[in-house]
Amino acid sequence: MDVPEKQAIISGIGISRIGRRTGIPAIDLTMESSRAAIADAGLTAADIDGIATLGDTPLREAATALGITPTYRGGGFDTGGLLSPVMSAFLAVAQGRARHVLVYRTIQMMGGEYVPREGDAAPAEVADPDGGQAGLARSLGDMGPLLAADAFSAVNWLGMHCQRHMHLYGTTREQLGALAVNSRRNAGLNPSAVYRQPITLDDYLAARVISTPFGLLDCDVPIDGSIAVVVSGAAHAADCPSRPIRVEAIGGSAGTGGWVDRPDYPKMASVDAAAEMWSRTDLTPRDLDIAELYDGFTFLTFAWLEALGICGDGESGPFVEGGARIALDGQLPLNTYGGQLSAGRMHGYWVLHEACVQLRGDGGARQVARQPEVAIVSVGGGPIAGCMLLTR
Amino acid sequence: MDATIIEPQHPRMLPALTDLNRAFWTGGATGRLLIARCAACRRWVHPPVATCPGCGGAVVAEPVSGRGTVFTWTLNMQQFHPDIPPPNLIAIVELAEQSDLRIPTNIVGCDPDRLRCGLPVRVLFEHHGEIYYPVFEPEGA
Repeated sequence: MDVPEKQAIISGIGISRIGRRTGIPAIDLTMESSRAAIADAGLTAADIDGIATLGDTPLREAATALGITPTYRGGGFDTGGLLSPVMSAFLAVAQGRARHVLVYRTIQMMGGEYVPREGDAAPAEVADPDGGQAGLARSLGDMGPLLAADAFSAVNWLGMHCQRHMHLYGTTREQLGALAVNSRRNAGLNPSAVYRQPITLDDYLAARVISTPFGLLDCDVPIDGSIAVVVSGAAHAADCPSRPIRVEAIGGSAGTGGWVDRPDYPKMASVDAAAEMWSRTDLTPRDLDIAELYDGFTFLTFAWLEALGICGDGESGPFVEGGARIALDGQLPLNTYGGQLSAGRMHGYWVLHEACVQLRGDGGARQVARQPEVAIVSVGGGPIAGCMLLTR
Repeated sequence: MDATIIEPQHPRMLPALTDLNRAFWTGGATGRLLIARCAACRRWVHPPVATCPGCGGAVVAEPVSGRGTVFTWTLNMQQFHPDIPPPNLIAIVELAEQSDLRIPTNIVGCDPDRLRCGLPVRVLFEHHGEIYYPVFEPEGA
């Protein structure tokens, strides 16, 4: 199928030091990941003519630090959810508006709660031209009634989705826990992951309650860090010193129905993003070799498994149960780097980075032995969703 | 229906009142839960909007029975707001009048161990100045 994103490749990837409360300035983290990605792509900063982000380091600050004046600036927050800057870069190179776009995401211990301070304006519908997260508030537009109900955090909003899923399908805590245990096992093989000590299902079940049915080990781990990729036109593939990653299809959602009112609740915008993505490719869920699925909370990964058609409605629990199917040597290795649950909360960008690592065969101790050819990357929860199929 | 009015245990992050939402947030002063309804096709619409998303008709607030069921819920144990301590029994209640009529709210007067999806509940109102915040308790409580 001829879609414009197929004219883009990911030519370089980079990751900064990762840690909890590192005290490292965001611009330093951003330069670590960006310079690594640019070098990995076989380029110098002067070759970068586009830049995009969503996060803690503004575009102009990063461009200044790199000594460049890119003509294409993308990013912010639109139909691709947190992956919007990457998707905008795919289309920019496909349109010939840029040759090499640096996309980065830098995080500093970002939490998942929203507690307005006195005098705060209501969430505004604004786009931040500098690539910031202002647009995120738009997607949280129906949260006023949730805040009024003392539901201040995504852990509350998604705990309710999970509770409904349990009611409808009999999904269990033990099934959610199998994902957390699998992620921690994979994190143990990832030197950059913040939590690497193995956990058992009993550890998972004994963790303190945060918001039922979620305990502490259902929740991802806030970190400091930065991840960058270089998106190039496919013509650059022959010149890449590292194996270029091909883009097969992208999908996103504008989030109709918000956090409360989707008629098909507990489904989420992930369903719409996945449907768009599959409509843009001849590949099917059966073609997936690995899955790097968003896990701000365990249940979000379950929701993506179903949204993507990897399993049917209500079947994510049995699919994950016991963990054998999702292990590195299983039918569909899942969150091979340790996930946000254990590696850390890079807010959607570590799944992208890891898909590239695995497709290149560069995963080291955690590399999936049967070389993956097709990877799915998905990001988001509630009304926020974007996903993409990558190939080698 | 003339629902009970109770005093709050803690403050709330309440919305600014507008012409659209005023009936919903203040109707409890008279013990009634007021929900926007299309005058033409009779569809209930919540959150309130100016015109019916189904037929474009004018929308007017009307009282509902105040009865419904717990659509889903969570027991929050983590303090996020400095003035609002846990535990917080948060729910989405589906009103009896229409299957997709959902209200984020709190459940009161209920042991969390009793809470389940489908539990029948009825409204009461928590008094916050001009606003009467609708919360729900189990039927027969």
